[in-house]
Amino acid sequence: MSVNAPSRARPRGRRRQALLGWLYATPTAVFVVALFAVPLLLVVQMSGSRWPLLTGNRGVNFPDNFTKAVNHRFFTDSVLFTIKYTVLATVLLLVLGLGLALLVQESSRWNNLLRASFLIPSALGLASASLLFYVFYSPYASPLKSLMDAWGFTFLGTPNAALFSTTFLIVWRYAGFYMVLMLVGLQGIPADVFEAARSDGATRWQIFTKVTLPLLRPTLALTTVLCVTGSLLAFEQFYILTKGGPDNSTITVVQLIYQVAFQGQNDLGVAGAISVIVLVALVLINAVQLRAFRSEES
Amino acid sequence: MTVVSRPTAAGAPSRASGTAPARRKGVTVAGVALRMPYWVFTGAVALIFLAPLVWTAVASVSPQAGTNQVDGWGLGNYETLSRYQAGIWRYLWNSAFVSLLTVALTLVVSLLGGYAFARFRFPGKNALFLFTLAILMVPYATLLIPLYVLLNQVGLENSLVGVALVLTMFQLPFSTFLMRISFEAVPRELDEAATVDGCSSWGALWRVLLPAVKPGLITVGLFSFLAAWNDFMAPLILINDTERMTLPLAVSNLRGQVQGVVDYGATEAGVVILALPCIVLFLLLQRHYVRGFMSGALKG
Repeated sequence: MSVNAPSRARPRGRRRQALLGWLYATPTAVFVVALFAVPLLLVVQMSGSRWPLLTGNRGVNFPDNFTKAVNHRFFTDSVLFTIKYTVLATVLLLVLGLGLALLVQESSRWNNLLRASFLIPSALGLASASLLFYVFYSPYASPLKSLMDAWGFTFLGTPNAALFSTTFLIVWRYAGFYMVLMLVGLQGIPADVFEAARSDGATRWQIFTKVTLPLLRPTLALTTVLCVTGSLLAFEQFYILTKGGPDNSTITVVQLIYQVAFQGQNDLGVAGAISVIVLVALVLINAVQLRAFRSEES
Repeated sequence: MTVVSRPTAAGAPSRASGTAPARRKGVTVAGVALRMPYWVFTGAVALIFLAPLVWTAVASVSPQAGTNQVDGWGLGNYETLSRYQAGIWRYLWNSAFVSLLTVALTLVVSLLGGYAFARFRFPGKNALFLFTLAILMVPYATLLIPLYVLLNQVGLENSLVGVALVLTMFQLPFSTFLMRISFEAVPRELDEAATVDGCSSWGALWRVLLPAVKPGLITVGLFSFLAAWNDFMAPLILINDTERMTLPLAVSNLRGQVQGVVDYGATEAGVVILALPCIVLFLLLQRHYVRGFMSGALKG
């Protein structure tokens, strides 16, 4: 690649620029087309075709897969459960993320230590964290075993307990991450705004609700979109921790896709149909969220 | 341990700053007494975050019924792990291979891509960039099912290389974006001077710009390593062969292998081995780790 590029002659220079640009962008383009665009088209094709896991494409059957997907016995339950989990996780993570950020906002050695300890769990993989809590919550190996025996409760035994236990795991794993995002947002607020509010005699609560929160809106928008998207696509935590139980009460939509595709039913067509539904829903939900945050702004 | 070491917006409402005019210098008795509840409270919160990690590490070497470490302390659980199916070394090697290949591919692709997007004008540039970012909008599972079919068709079924390619693709939105802003932060005069001195665009990239964007590369490398090392879903769907499983998958499958009885000790040992490289890297590269979050947050 020994192309000498100093020639600044107008048309040739620009064409050479374009050529070089494409040359450097080629690896990106190859990855994006081969591993993103083509699979995306394929999943749309799958959703409209009879496509068993083992035999492959058996021809178009649109819209059978979509009716089958919507009528799947776990479809409604999994959608409702995913929404319930998303609301719970998003509210907790945003509130705690902001709370932690306010707690350690000032720079001091102690606060830096605190930040690091809040952030360490986020270096772990979600699967590792789930495995850790799988043991932590088990009635045999848990450090809280005697407490569980004495009070007669389990972490994963009932649908609600399983939901809350999993949410705790997620909060433990992600709170530090959201704290950092909130810290970045807080640092973007100019200090004199607070000074002005204080010299006008505002109380601390007034400053928080009337100054901090409104000025934090871009950050809140970003974190909400991130958190909602991540929670709607939850998989590992439930796959490892609860396996969808007890009584199939904690099946998320992505788990349903995996089940339909690879566990038992082996129907890639229906799995593709649910995937397309999820994709469309996600794009719509994010568009609505962004619009809501933007219209509040104006 | 500096996580975010910039001075914060002074006087922003923080419960911490409450009642302490003497908190900076004066180590007065009253000052310490007033700060005491704050230290106790925040220390307790920090403990909640650290305790599960410490507990797992301790429990993995402590005696426990139903594991390979029944009496006394020792590495019995790690021995179980080393004998499990293909053996821990095999899985460690598989995970290391996938992670390092993903890191290498991500670095090369995003370095060249970031350079192209930051320094050249070519038709389709914005479309390609937006298309790369669009990967973020598409659910993991939505792509993994067709990728499973596609990789089978090109002979990459059950292949660690296939997994690394897929993981690289999922890393591209973040890493291309970060490399683009890294290049854009470098003054143009730098590479223009190099080209005037007779460097090709490649020479300017290799000799002049590469050192300037090194922090960006470290962040990209760190994030792609953590993502690849920890990834669970891609190997779960793309790998069937026990010989080729990665570590998270192997440790997850370890549960309930022995006649439905879960060996919790071996699971703990597996979690420790999985977590150790991540925590070491995090402690070493904290600053780069946090910058990765921030670049995303700032431009979000």
